[in-house]
Amino acid sequence: MREFIVTRFFQLVVTMFIVSLLVFVMVRLRGDPISIMAPPIFNEEQIQALRAAWGFDKPVLEQYAIFLRKAVTGDFGTSFFARRPAMEVVVERLGYSWLLAAVASLIGLTIAVPLGILSALKRNSLLDFISTALASLGTAMPSFWLGLMLIIIFSVYLRILPSFGALEPQAIIMPSVTLGVGMAARLSRLTRSAMLEVLNQDYVRTARSKGLQSKQVVLRHALRNALIPVVTVFGLQLGWLLGGSVVVESVFAWPGLGRLMVESINVRDTTVVQAGLFWFSLSFILINYALDAFYMLIDPRIRIS
Amino acid sequence: METLEVGKAAPEYISSLPPQRSILSRAASGLFSSPIGVAGATIVGFVLLLALIGPLISPHDAVDHNLRSRFKAPGYSDSSGTFTLGTDQLGRDILSRIIAGSRVSVLVGIVSVLIAGTIGVSYGLVSGFLGGYVDTVMMRFVDALLSIPFIVLVVAISGVVGAGLGTLILILGCTGWVTYARVIRGEVLKVREMEYVVAAYALGQNRPLVMLRHVLPNVIASAIVLAAVQVAVTILAESSLSFLGLGVKTPTVTWGLMLADGKSYINSAWWMTFYPGMAITITVLGVVFLGDWLRDFLDPNIRARA
Repeated sequence: MREFIVTRFFQLVVTMFIVSLLVFVMVRLRGDPISIMAPPIFNEEQIQALRAAWGFDKPVLEQYAIFLRKAVTGDFGTSFFARRPAMEVVVERLGYSWLLAAVASLIGLTIAVPLGILSALKRNSLLDFISTALASLGTAMPSFWLGLMLIIIFSVYLRILPSFGALEPQAIIMPSVTLGVGMAARLSRLTRSAMLEVLNQDYVRTARSKGLQSKQVVLRHALRNALIPVVTVFGLQLGWLLGGSVVVESVFAWPGLGRLMVESINVRDTTVVQAGLFWFSLSFILINYALDAFYMLIDPRIRIS
Repeated sequence: METLEVGKAAPEYISSLPPQRSILSRAASGLFSSPIGVAGATIVGFVLLLALIGPLISPHDAVDHNLRSRFKAPGYSDSSGTFTLGTDQLGRDILSRIIAGSRVSVLVGIVSVLIAGTIGVSYGLVSGFLGGYVDTVMMRFVDALLSIPFIVLVVAISGVVGAGLGTLILILGCTGWVTYARVIRGEVLKVREMEYVVAAYALGQNRPLVMLRHVLPNVIASAIVLAAVQVAVTILAESSLSFLGLGVKTPTVTWGLMLADGKSYINSAWWMTFYPGMAITITVLGVVFLGDWLRDFLDPNIRARA
């Protein structure tokens, strides 16, 4: 167990190192970022001065060394737009993104898990058919379009929910439902297939043959085991959720990290983009790391192998 | 060859077997026995047809302005004809624009996935086949790329590199390959231990040849199944990017851009938002259905693993 955690932690560090390299290279894909950042009225001399001020005149390797050394301490440079440390700008928005992701996950799981279990128990029934159809629809629908449709219904026609911002508590309803529905569509099919697989296992048959009630078998013997793959995929789905939040936050003007990314890209604020990318991957990696450790705890089979 | 003495009867035996049906004819009959497959193929075929012959059947010009017929609700008609799905803020026909937009979705979907597939399959093949340190290093790189959510990665790159249809296709192609690399590498690890691969070595074939002739053909089915999923992902990504203003720019007509227009007039003209989104949803649904069927057709075992 400890060995696993140490190895995985080492892998995590290596992965973050590669991410830092990617982030560093990415903002330099079109030459140095100054050519994008500088206003068109600047002359050559002013551009050079700007380049020197931002350290883009140094050799690339040295730039990377400096970038990495600072990044380790959480320093991604000054935001070109906000004139404050980029990390500060990003961290301010993190809370909103995490809140949105948490509420959306909660909605996603509350829809997906019961629906998946019921579809598996009543396989090929009308309910199973309907939930399959809804899941396909939910996967195919662009999440931001669902968001726009919700705005039309609840803000434009019914006038009961705010269409943008985060000023009132009910403002979180539409963005989180938008993301949660997409997540439910992706998870419910998986819960169903995991449940079906577990229901055919020997220990479930044993539990049934020893005369336990169906409800007990489902909840105590089958569900617990079926949840393991669901937890795994839930971790991977968080990637989708974080990605989806970029577009959905823009639709609802939700002041989270995703919207900040789009805003910063539009004003060419490279340092904030870098810090944002870093946080996106760090949270994704950390959550999956935590989930790995978690199901090591709940599943002895993984612990032994 | 004398050494094959025992197998002498084999050619006669083989010729006595009923002629094997080609994979295409098996695919065709398999497709028509599956309702999902039929639905998927019909939708995808219809969208492809629209992309090909769109201008011929389009009721109006997709970019023609007519300020007199701005924001007309679906079903409006005037001297120039009927606007079945309504008009936008410049009086352009929504239906014609949806037809025109299918081109971008089809183009982006197919070309990006081909690029991504080629890179990803080669990468996964080499990584899995070589194994050892090379494999570890190559896979760490893939893990790092996968830890940045796809849309976030694409948004960041297109923000730096700039927008446009060609650039967008390249960006989506050059970022979408990681999934293939992962899946193909896993398949290669399994296939390379198979007896027929060992046999190929025993017969004296060299490593590159074994990789291309014996390993690649046996992992390609997974790549094809994944490609169908990726077409759907790519179409959604294109529409998201264009919606955010980081993808294709006007005057090119795309469904994502139509949605961006629709969002600005969401208070008054719901049809500007509703129909382009339906177009995306139905198209993606078609691709997903076709992909599901393809998965079952090519390899029933994949279902359990996916």
